[in-house]
Amino acid sequence: MGPGGTRMIVAAFDFGDAIDFILNGRESVTGGVRIGGSELLPQLWRHLELTGAAVGIACAVALPLALWLGHLRKGQFAVASIANVGRAVPSLALIGFAVAYIGLGFPNALLALTLLAIPPIFVNAYVGIAQVEPDIVDAARGQGMTEPGIVRRVELPLAVPLVFGGIRTSVVNVIATATIAPLIGVVTLGDAIVSPQVYGDAGQLGAAICVALLAIAAEVTLALIQMLVTPKGLKLSSTRRRGFPFMSMRRVEVS
Amino acid sequence: MSWLTLFAQVQIHHRASDCESNNGFCPDWIIKNFGDRYVDPFFRHLELVVISVLVGFVIAFALGIVAHRRRWLVGPVVGITGVLYTIPSVAAFLLLVPITGFGLLTAVIALSSYTLLIIFRNVVAGLAAAPAEARDAALGMGLTDSQVLWRVEVPLALPEIFAGVRIATTTTVGLAALAFFANAGGLGGLIFGDLVFKSNVVVAGGLCIVMAFVLDGLLLFAQRLSTPWVRAARA
Repeated sequence: MGPGGTRMIVAAFDFGDAIDFILNGRESVTGGVRIGGSELLPQLWRHLELTGAAVGIACAVALPLALWLGHLRKGQFAVASIANVGRAVPSLALIGFAVAYIGLGFPNALLALTLLAIPPIFVNAYVGIAQVEPDIVDAARGQGMTEPGIVRRVELPLAVPLVFGGIRTSVVNVIATATIAPLIGVVTLGDAIVSPQVYGDAGQLGAAICVALLAIAAEVTLALIQMLVTPKGLKLSSTRRRGFPFMSMRRVEVS
Repeated sequence: MSWLTLFAQVQIHHRASDCESNNGFCPDWIIKNFGDRYVDPFFRHLELVVISVLVGFVIAFALGIVAHRRRWLVGPVVGITGVLYTIPSVAAFLLLVPITGFGLLTAVIALSSYTLLIIFRNVVAGLAAAPAEARDAALGMGLTDSQVLWRVEVPLALPEIFAGVRIATTTTVGLAALAFFANAGGLGGLIFGDLVFKSNVVVAGGLCIVMAFVLDGLLLFAQRLSTPWVRAARA
Protein backbone atom coordinates (compact mmCIF):
# COMPACT_ATOMS: atom_id res chain seq x y z
CA MET A 1 0.00 0.00 0.00
CA GLY A 2 1.35 3.45 -0.93
CA PRO A 3 1.45 6.52 1.26
CA GLY A 4 -1.90 7.66 -0.22
CA GLY A 5 -3.62 4.52 1.01
CA THR A 6 -2.09 4.86 4.47
CA ARG A 7 -3.28 8.46 4.62
CA MET A 8 -6.86 7.50 3.71
CA ILE A 9 -6.91 4.94 6.52
CA VAL A 10 -5.54 7.51 8.99
CA ALA A 11 -8.16 10.03 7.80
CA ALA A 12 -10.95 7.47 8.19
CA PHE A 13 -9.74 6.77 11.73
CA ASP A 14 -9.62 10.52 12.53
CA PHE A 15 -13.20 11.04 11.32
CA GLY A 16 -14.39 7.91 13.19
CA ASP A 17 -12.81 9.22 16.39
CA ALA A 18 -14.42 12.64 15.85
CA ILE A 19 -17.87 11.06 15.36
CA ASP A 20 -17.33 9.03 18.54
CA PHE A 21 -16.58 12.33 20.32
CA ILE A 22 -19.89 13.79 19.03
CA LEU A 23 -22.04 10.75 19.82
CA ASN A 24 -20.54 9.40 23.04
CA GLY A 25 -18.35 12.06 24.61
CA ARG A 26 -15.26 11.33 26.67
CA GLU A 27 -12.99 12.71 29.38
CA SER A 28 -11.01 15.85 28.50
CA VAL A 29 -7.33 15.61 27.57
CA THR A 30 -6.48 17.60 30.69
CA GLY A 31 -8.55 15.15 32.74
CA GLY A 32 -11.52 15.40 35.06
CA VAL A 33 -14.08 17.05 32.75
CA ARG A 34 -16.66 15.42 30.45
CA ILE A 35 -16.48 16.73 26.90
CA GLY A 36 -18.41 15.93 23.71
CA GLY A 37 -21.62 13.87 23.56
CA SER A 38 -24.46 15.47 25.52
CA GLU A 39 -22.07 18.18 26.75
CA LEU A 40 -22.33 19.61 23.22
CA LEU A 41 -26.01 20.49 23.70
CA PRO A 42 -25.48 23.54 25.97
CA GLN A 43 -22.80 24.72 23.53
CA LEU A 44 -25.21 24.27 20.60
CA TRP A 45 -27.86 26.22 22.50
CA ARG A 46 -25.38 29.02 23.26
CA HIS A 47 -24.40 29.08 19.56
CA LEU A 48 -28.04 29.42 18.48
CA GLU A 49 -28.81 31.99 21.19
CA LEU A 50 -25.90 34.19 20.13
CA THR A 51 -26.76 33.83 16.43
CA GLY A 52 -30.47 34.49 16.94
CA ALA A 53 -29.87 37.54 19.11
CA ALA A 54 -27.30 39.04 16.74
CA VAL A 55 -29.41 38.54 13.61
CA GLY A 56 -32.56 39.70 15.44
CA ILE A 57 -30.97 42.96 16.58
CA ALA A 58 -29.37 43.45 13.15
CA CYS A 59 -32.80 43.08 11.50
CA ALA A 60 -34.40 45.51 13.95
CA VAL A 61 -31.69 48.09 13.24
CA ALA A 62 -31.07 47.59 9.51
CA LEU A 63 -34.46 46.71 8.01
CA PRO A 64 -36.44 49.90 8.85
CA LEU A 65 -33.56 52.09 7.68
CA ALA A 66 -33.05 50.07 4.49
CA LEU A 67 -36.77 50.07 3.64
CA TRP A 68 -36.99 53.81 4.17
CA LEU A 69 -33.85 54.69 2.18
CA GLY A 70 -34.75 52.16 -0.51
CA HIS A 71 -38.24 53.65 -0.82
CA LEU A 72 -36.73 57.13 -1.26
CA ARG A 73 -34.12 55.63 -3.68
CA LYS A 74 -31.51 57.65 -1.78
CA GLY A 75 -28.11 56.93 -0.26
CA GLN A 76 -26.60 54.63 -2.91
CA PHE A 77 -23.13 55.75 -1.92
CA ALA A 78 -23.68 54.99 1.77
CA VAL A 79 -25.06 51.56 0.88
CA ALA A 80 -22.09 50.75 -1.36
CA SER A 81 -19.71 51.86 1.40
CA ILE A 82 -21.43 49.68 4.00
CA ALA A 83 -21.20 46.73 1.62
CA ASN A 84 -17.49 47.29 0.94
CA VAL A 85 -16.46 47.88 4.53
CA GLY A 86 -18.61 44.99 5.74
CA ARG A 87 -16.81 42.65 3.36
CA ALA A 88 -13.32 44.00 4.00
CA VAL A 89 -13.26 43.62 7.80
CA PRO A 90 -12.34 40.00 8.56
CA SER A 91 -14.57 38.37 11.18
CA LEU A 92 -11.51 37.37 13.20
CA ALA A 93 -10.32 40.99 13.23
CA LEU A 94 -13.79 42.12 14.34
CA ILE A 95 -13.68 39.68 17.27
CA GLY A 96 -10.10 40.81 17.94
CA PHE A 97 -11.05 44.49 18.04
CA ALA A 98 -13.91 43.67 20.41
CA VAL A 99 -11.69 41.67 22.80
CA ALA A 100 -8.91 44.26 22.80
CA TYR A 101 -11.11 47.33 23.19
CA ILE A 102 -14.26 46.30 25.08
CA GLY A 103 -13.25 42.97 26.62
CA LEU A 104 -14.83 39.54 27.05
CA GLY A 105 -18.47 38.60 27.62
CA PHE A 106 -21.77 37.79 25.95
CA PRO A 107 -22.85 41.44 25.35
CA ASN A 108 -19.52 42.22 23.67
CA ALA A 109 -19.69 39.10 21.49
CA LEU A 110 -23.26 40.07 20.63
CA LEU A 111 -22.18 43.56 19.60
CA ALA A 112 -19.41 42.23 17.34
CA LEU A 113 -21.68 39.68 15.68
CA THR A 114 -24.48 42.23 15.25
CA LEU A 115 -22.06 44.52 13.42
CA LEU A 116 -21.14 41.54 11.24
CA ALA A 117 -24.81 40.73 10.54
CA ILE A 118 -25.93 44.24 9.57
CA PRO A 119 -24.28 44.80 6.12
CA PRO A 120 -25.82 41.85 4.21
CA ILE A 121 -29.29 42.50 5.69
CA PHE A 122 -29.10 46.24 5.04
CA VAL A 123 -27.69 46.07 1.51
CA ASN A 124 -30.00 43.31 0.27
CA ALA A 125 -33.12 44.96 1.71
CA TYR A 126 -32.12 48.31 0.21
CA VAL A 127 -31.44 46.82 -3.24
CA GLY A 128 -34.63 44.76 -3.05
CA ILE A 129 -36.79 47.82 -2.43
CA ALA A 130 -34.91 50.22 -4.72
CA GLN A 131 -35.05 47.85 -7.71
CA VAL A 132 -38.86 47.65 -7.73
CA GLU A 133 -40.10 49.04 -11.05
CA PRO A 134 -40.85 52.79 -10.72
CA ASP A 135 -43.96 52.24 -12.90
CA ILE A 136 -45.44 49.87 -10.31
CA VAL A 137 -44.80 52.38 -7.52
CA ASP A 138 -46.34 55.19 -9.59
CA ALA A 139 -49.42 53.06 -10.30
CA ALA A 140 -49.84 52.44 -6.57
CA ARG A 141 -49.43 56.15 -5.85
CA GLY A 142 -51.97 56.99 -8.56
CA GLN A 143 -54.49 54.68 -6.90
CA GLY A 144 -54.18 56.81 -3.78
CA MET A 145 -51.99 54.58 -1.60
CA THR A 146 -50.04 56.31 1.16
CA GLU A 147 -46.22 56.12 1.12
CA PRO A 148 -46.02 53.68 4.09
CA GLY A 149 -48.78 51.69 2.38
CA ILE A 150 -46.69 51.49 -0.83
CA VAL A 151 -43.70 50.17 1.12
CA ARG A 152 -45.77 47.61 3.01
CA ARG A 153 -48.12 46.37 0.33
CA VAL A 154 -46.21 46.88 -2.94
CA GLU A 155 -42.45 47.20 -2.53
CA LEU A 156 -41.89 44.83 0.39
CA PRO A 157 -43.73 41.84 -1.14
CA LEU A 158 -41.78 42.31 -4.38
CA ALA A 159 -38.52 42.58 -2.42
CA VAL A 160 -39.10 39.49 -0.25
CA PRO A 161 -36.61 37.22 -2.06
CA LEU A 162 -33.76 39.73 -1.65
CA VAL A 163 -34.68 40.82 1.88
CA PHE A 164 -34.82 37.20 2.96
CA GLY A 165 -31.64 36.37 1.04
CA GLY A 166 -29.80 39.01 3.04
CA ILE A 167 -31.04 37.54 6.32
CA ARG A 168 -29.94 34.07 5.16
CA THR A 169 -26.46 35.31 4.29
CA SER A 170 -26.19 36.94 7.70
CA VAL A 171 -27.38 33.87 9.59
CA VAL A 172 -24.81 31.65 7.86
CA ASN A 173 -22.03 34.23 8.41
CA VAL A 174 -22.92 34.68 12.07
CA ILE A 175 -23.08 30.92 12.68
CA ALA A 176 -19.60 30.67 11.14
CA THR A 177 -18.19 33.49 13.23
CA ALA A 178 -19.94 32.39 16.44
CA THR A 179 -17.58 29.42 16.10
CA ILE A 180 -14.72 31.62 17.28
CA ALA A 181 -16.87 33.29 19.98
CA PRO A 182 -15.10 31.29 22.75
CA LEU A 183 -12.21 33.70 22.10
CA ILE A 184 -14.45 36.45 23.49
CA GLY A 185 -15.73 34.35 26.37
CA VAL A 186 -18.93 32.76 25.00
CA VAL A 187 -18.77 28.95 25.02
CA THR A 188 -20.30 27.97 21.68
CA LEU A 189 -19.74 24.82 19.61
CA GLY A 190 -16.41 26.32 18.59
CA ASP A 191 -14.94 25.83 22.06
CA ALA A 192 -13.29 22.59 20.97
CA ILE A 193 -11.92 24.33 17.87
CA VAL A 194 -10.12 27.11 19.74
CA SER A 195 -9.06 24.92 22.69
CA PRO A 196 -7.67 21.68 21.20
CA GLN A 197 -5.35 21.37 24.19
CA VAL A 198 -8.48 20.52 26.26
CA TYR A 199 -10.60 18.75 23.66
CA GLY A 200 -7.94 16.96 21.63
CA ASP A 201 -7.76 16.56 17.86
CA ALA A 202 -10.91 14.41 17.78
CA GLY A 203 -12.83 17.09 19.68
CA GLN A 204 -11.62 19.77 17.31
CA LEU A 205 -12.59 17.77 14.23
CA GLY A 206 -15.90 16.76 15.84
CA ALA A 207 -16.76 20.39 16.54
CA ALA A 208 -15.88 21.28 12.94
CA ILE A 209 -18.34 18.61 11.73
CA CYS A 210 -21.07 19.95 14.07
CA VAL A 211 -20.55 23.55 12.95
CA ALA A 212 -20.60 22.60 9.25
CA LEU A 213 -23.83 20.61 9.71
CA LEU A 214 -25.39 23.45 11.71
CA ALA A 215 -24.63 25.99 8.96
CA ILE A 216 -26.00 23.74 6.21
CA ALA A 217 -29.12 22.96 8.28
CA ALA A 218 -29.72 26.67 8.86
CA GLU A 219 -29.31 27.46 5.16
CA VAL A 220 -31.67 24.69 4.05
CA THR A 221 -34.29 25.59 6.71
CA LEU A 222 -34.21 29.26 5.76
CA ALA A 223 -34.43 28.36 2.06
CA LEU A 224 -37.61 26.37 2.80
CA ILE A 225 -39.08 29.23 4.87
CA GLN A 226 -38.20 31.62 2.06
CA MET A 227 -40.17 29.49 -0.42
CA LEU A 228 -43.17 29.63 1.93
CA VAL A 229 -43.11 33.41 2.42
CA THR A 230 -42.36 34.37 -1.20
CA PRO A 231 -45.50 35.68 -2.94
CA LYS A 232 -46.89 33.23 -5.51
CA GLY A 233 -46.49 35.58 -8.46
CA LEU A 234 -42.77 36.01 -7.83
CA LYS A 235 -42.23 32.28 -7.46
CA LEU A 236 -43.68 31.57 -10.90
CA SER A 237 -41.25 33.89 -12.60
CA SER A 238 -38.12 33.03 -10.66
CA THR A 239 -38.15 29.32 -9.80
CA ARG A 240 -39.10 28.02 -13.21
CA ARG A 241 -35.77 29.10 -14.67
CA ARG A 242 -33.68 26.96 -12.33
CA GLY A 243 -34.20 23.50 -11.01
CA PHE A 244 -32.58 23.82 -7.61
CA PRO A 245 -34.62 25.74 -5.03
CA PHE A 246 -31.85 26.06 -2.42
CA MET A 247 -28.92 28.46 -2.63
CA SER A 248 -31.01 30.67 -4.84
CA MET A 249 -29.27 33.14 -7.09
CA ARG A 250 -31.32 36.05 -5.83
CA ARG A 251 -28.84 37.42 -3.34
CA VAL A 252 -26.48 40.33 -3.47
CA GLU A 253 -23.21 38.93 -2.19
CA VAL A 254 -22.00 40.97 0.75
CA SER A 255 -20.67 38.43 3.17
CA MET B 1 0.10 20.17 17.55
CA SER B 2 2.57 22.15 15.52
CA TRP B 3 0.32 25.20 15.31
CA LEU B 4 0.09 25.51 19.08
CA THR B 5 3.83 25.90 19.27
CA LEU B 6 3.48 28.53 16.58
CA PHE B 7 1.15 30.55 18.83
CA ALA B 8 3.49 30.10 21.75
CA GLN B 9 6.19 31.78 19.69
CA VAL B 10 3.83 34.55 18.63
CA GLN B 11 2.90 35.28 22.25
CA ILE B 12 6.45 36.24 23.18
CA HIS B 13 7.04 39.94 22.92
CA HIS B 14 8.90 42.42 25.03
CA ARG B 15 6.73 44.74 27.06
CA ALA B 16 9.01 47.49 28.18
CA SER B 17 6.74 50.50 28.60
CA ASP B 18 3.56 51.07 30.61
CA CYS B 19 1.58 51.26 27.41
CA GLU B 20 2.67 47.77 26.42
CA SER B 21 2.06 46.19 29.83
CA ASN B 22 -1.43 47.72 29.76
CA ASN B 23 -2.02 46.11 26.35
CA GLY B 24 -2.56 49.59 24.94
CA PHE B 25 -2.20 51.10 21.50
CA CYS B 26 1.51 51.94 21.38
CA PRO B 27 2.87 53.65 18.23
CA ASP B 28 6.47 53.18 19.46
CA TRP B 29 6.03 49.44 19.85
CA ILE B 30 4.38 49.21 16.44
CA ILE B 31 7.21 51.08 14.69
CA LYS B 32 9.82 48.92 16.41
CA ASN B 33 8.13 45.58 15.73
CA PHE B 34 6.39 46.14 12.41
CA GLY B 35 9.21 44.88 10.19
CA ASP B 36 10.01 41.75 12.20
CA ARG B 37 6.52 40.64 13.10
CA TYR B 38 4.09 41.71 10.42
CA VAL B 39 5.80 41.93 7.03
CA ASP B 40 6.31 38.19 6.42
CA PRO B 41 2.79 37.17 7.56
CA PHE B 42 1.40 39.96 5.38
CA PHE B 43 3.04 38.58 2.25
CA ARG B 44 2.07 35.03 3.22
CA HIS B 45 -1.52 36.25 3.56
CA LEU B 46 -1.29 37.91 0.16
CA GLU B 47 0.11 34.69 -1.32
CA LEU B 48 -2.84 32.69 0.08
CA VAL B 49 -5.34 35.18 -1.35
CA VAL B 50 -3.76 35.48 -4.81
CA ILE B 51 -3.29 31.72 -5.32
CA SER B 52 -6.78 30.89 -4.02
CA VAL B 53 -8.57 33.50 -6.13
CA LEU B 54 -6.59 32.46 -9.24
CA VAL B 55 -7.40 28.77 -8.74
CA GLY B 56 -11.03 29.60 -7.97
CA PHE B 57 -11.27 31.87 -11.00
CA VAL B 58 -9.87 29.28 -13.42
CA ILE B 59 -12.30 26.61 -12.19
CA ALA B 60 -15.34 28.90 -11.94
CA PHE B 61 -14.69 30.55 -15.32
CA ALA B 62 -14.33 27.17 -17.03
CA LEU B 63 -17.55 25.95 -15.38
CA GLY B 64 -19.26 29.18 -16.42
CA ILE B 65 -18.22 28.80 -20.07
CA VAL B 66 -19.43 25.17 -20.10
CA ALA B 67 -22.72 26.04 -18.37
CA HIS B 68 -23.33 29.02 -20.67
CA ARG B 69 -24.22 26.71 -23.58
CA ARG B 70 -25.76 24.02 -21.37
CA ARG B 71 -28.13 25.95 -19.09
CA TRP B 72 -29.30 22.84 -17.23
CA LEU B 73 -25.84 22.72 -15.58
CA VAL B 74 -26.35 26.07 -13.83
CA GLY B 75 -28.71 24.69 -11.15
CA PRO B 76 -26.52 21.77 -10.03
CA VAL B 77 -23.29 23.85 -10.11
CA VAL B 78 -24.89 26.62 -8.02
CA GLY B 79 -26.26 23.97 -5.65
CA ILE B 80 -22.93 22.22 -5.10
CA THR B 81 -20.79 25.37 -4.87
CA GLY B 82 -23.51 26.82 -2.62
CA VAL B 83 -23.06 23.98 -0.12
CA LEU B 84 -19.28 24.57 -0.20
CA TYR B 85 -19.93 28.28 0.37
CA THR B 86 -22.19 27.54 3.34
CA ILE B 87 -19.64 25.47 5.29
CA PRO B 88 -17.91 27.83 7.76
CA SER B 89 -14.30 28.34 6.74
CA VAL B 90 -12.88 27.32 10.12
CA ALA B 91 -14.73 24.03 9.83
CA ALA B 92 -13.61 23.58 6.21
CA PHE B 93 -9.93 23.99 7.14
CA LEU B 94 -10.22 21.46 9.98
CA LEU B 95 -12.27 18.97 7.93
CA LEU B 96 -9.58 18.97 5.23
CA VAL B 97 -6.62 18.53 7.59
CA PRO B 98 -7.02 14.74 8.04
CA ILE B 99 -7.17 14.35 4.23
CA THR B 100 -4.70 16.89 2.86
CA GLY B 101 -2.61 17.64 5.96
CA PHE B 102 -1.56 20.95 7.45
CA GLY B 103 -0.32 23.69 5.15
CA LEU B 104 -0.78 25.75 2.01
CA LEU B 105 -2.60 23.05 -0.02
CA THR B 106 -5.40 22.69 2.54
CA ALA B 107 -5.82 26.44 2.86
CA VAL B 108 -5.94 26.95 -0.92
CA ILE B 109 -8.50 24.16 -1.43
CA ALA B 110 -10.82 25.63 1.21
CA LEU B 111 -10.34 29.28 0.22
CA SER B 112 -10.70 28.70 -3.53
CA SER B 113 -13.86 26.66 -2.97
CA TYR B 114 -15.42 29.79 -1.40
CA THR B 115 -14.76 31.85 -4.52
CA LEU B 116 -16.45 29.34 -6.87
CA LEU B 117 -20.08 30.30 -6.20
CA ILE B 118 -19.44 34.04 -6.37
CA ILE B 119 -17.39 33.98 -9.59
CA PHE B 120 -19.48 31.30 -11.33
CA ARG B 121 -22.72 33.22 -10.77
CA ASN B 122 -21.26 36.39 -12.19
CA VAL B 123 -19.69 34.66 -15.21
CA VAL B 124 -22.99 32.99 -16.12
CA ALA B 125 -25.04 36.13 -15.52
CA GLY B 126 -22.55 38.26 -17.48
CA LEU B 127 -22.46 35.92 -20.48
CA ALA B 128 -26.26 35.64 -20.54
CA ALA B 129 -26.64 39.42 -20.44
CA ALA B 130 -24.99 40.01 -23.84
CA PRO B 131 -27.66 41.69 -26.02
CA ALA B 132 -29.25 39.41 -28.60
CA GLU B 133 -28.60 42.07 -31.29
CA ALA B 134 -24.84 41.92 -30.64
CA ARG B 135 -24.94 38.14 -30.95
CA ASP B 136 -27.04 38.27 -34.12
CA ALA B 137 -24.79 40.90 -35.70
CA ALA B 138 -21.72 38.74 -34.95
CA LEU B 139 -23.38 35.65 -36.44
CA GLY B 140 -24.44 37.71 -39.46
CA MET B 141 -20.83 38.77 -39.98
CA GLY B 142 -19.96 35.08 -40.24
CA LEU B 143 -18.43 34.45 -36.81
CA THR B 144 -18.54 30.88 -35.56
CA ASP B 145 -20.13 29.96 -32.24
CA SER B 146 -16.84 29.97 -30.36
CA GLN B 147 -15.80 33.26 -32.00
CA VAL B 148 -19.08 34.79 -30.80
CA LEU B 149 -18.28 33.54 -27.31
CA TRP B 150 -14.71 34.83 -27.14
CA ARG B 151 -15.02 38.03 -29.19
CA VAL B 152 -18.51 39.20 -28.22
CA GLU B 153 -19.98 37.55 -25.15
CA VAL B 154 -16.87 37.31 -22.94
CA PRO B 155 -15.75 40.92 -23.53
CA LEU B 156 -19.28 42.18 -22.88
CA ALA B 157 -19.40 40.10 -19.68
CA LEU B 158 -16.08 41.49 -18.37
CA PRO B 159 -17.58 44.11 -16.02
CA GLU B 160 -19.79 41.47 -14.37
CA ILE B 161 -16.91 38.96 -14.21
CA PHE B 162 -14.63 41.57 -12.65
CA ALA B 163 -17.35 42.39 -10.10
CA GLY B 164 -17.43 38.72 -9.09
CA VAL B 165 -13.64 38.49 -8.83
CA ARG B 166 -13.55 41.66 -6.71
CA ILE B 167 -16.15 40.34 -4.26
CA ALA B 168 -14.35 36.98 -4.14
CA THR B 169 -11.02 38.69 -3.47
CA THR B 170 -12.17 40.85 -0.54
CA THR B 171 -14.04 37.87 0.92
CA THR B 172 -10.94 35.69 0.61
CA VAL B 173 -8.77 38.28 2.39
CA GLY B 174 -11.12 37.96 5.37
CA LEU B 175 -11.36 34.18 5.29
CA ALA B 176 -7.59 33.76 4.89
CA ALA B 177 -7.33 35.31 8.37
CA LEU B 178 -8.57 31.92 9.62
CA ALA B 179 -6.11 29.86 7.55
CA PHE B 180 -3.81 29.53 10.56
CA PHE B 181 -6.21 26.79 11.73
CA ALA B 182 -4.73 24.77 8.85
CA ASN B 183 -1.24 25.96 9.89
CA ALA B 184 -1.00 27.91 6.65
CA GLY B 185 0.14 31.19 8.21
CA GLY B 186 -1.15 34.64 7.31
CA LEU B 187 -2.15 37.56 9.50
CA GLY B 188 -4.84 35.65 11.43
CA GLY B 189 -2.32 33.74 13.54
CA LEU B 190 -0.98 37.07 14.80
CA ILE B 191 -4.45 38.34 15.74
CA PHE B 192 -5.26 35.05 17.49
CA GLY B 193 -1.84 34.91 19.14
CA ASP B 194 -2.29 38.03 21.26
CA LEU B 195 -5.94 38.99 21.23
CA VAL B 196 -5.87 41.40 24.18
CA PHE B 197 -2.94 43.54 22.97
CA LYS B 198 -4.56 46.52 21.17
CA SER B 199 -1.41 47.40 19.16
CA ASN B 200 -1.18 43.87 17.80
CA VAL B 201 -4.87 43.51 16.92
CA VAL B 202 -5.03 46.93 15.26
CA VAL B 203 -1.95 46.35 13.10
CA ALA B 204 -2.75 42.78 12.05
CA GLY B 205 -6.47 43.47 11.53
CA GLY B 206 -5.71 46.79 9.87
CA LEU B 207 -3.31 45.14 7.41
CA CYS B 208 -6.10 42.73 6.36
CA ILE B 209 -8.45 45.64 5.73
CA VAL B 210 -5.79 47.60 3.81
CA MET B 211 -5.02 44.51 1.72
CA ALA B 212 -8.71 44.09 0.88
CA PHE B 213 -9.10 47.70 -0.25
CA VAL B 214 -5.82 47.79 -2.22
CA LEU B 215 -6.57 44.55 -4.09
CA ASP B 216 -10.10 45.79 -4.79
CA GLY B 217 -8.70 49.05 -6.16
CA LEU B 218 -6.18 47.23 -8.37
CA LEU B 219 -8.91 45.00 -9.79
CA LEU B 220 -11.10 48.02 -10.47
CA PHE B 221 -8.16 49.63 -12.29
CA ALA B 222 -7.61 46.47 -14.34
CA GLN B 223 -11.31 46.40 -15.15
CA ARG B 224 -11.23 50.01 -16.42
CA LEU B 225 -8.18 49.23 -18.58
CA SER B 226 -9.71 46.10 -20.10
CA THR B 227 -13.14 47.61 -20.81
CA PRO B 228 -12.41 51.06 -22.31
CA TRP B 229 -15.75 51.07 -24.17
CA VAL B 230 -17.72 51.27 -20.92
CA ARG B 231 -16.30 54.70 -20.12
CA ALA B 232 -16.54 55.82 -23.74
CA ALA B 233 -20.25 54.96 -23.76
CA ARG B 234 -20.81 56.89 -20.54
CA ALA B 235 -18.99 60.02 -21.71
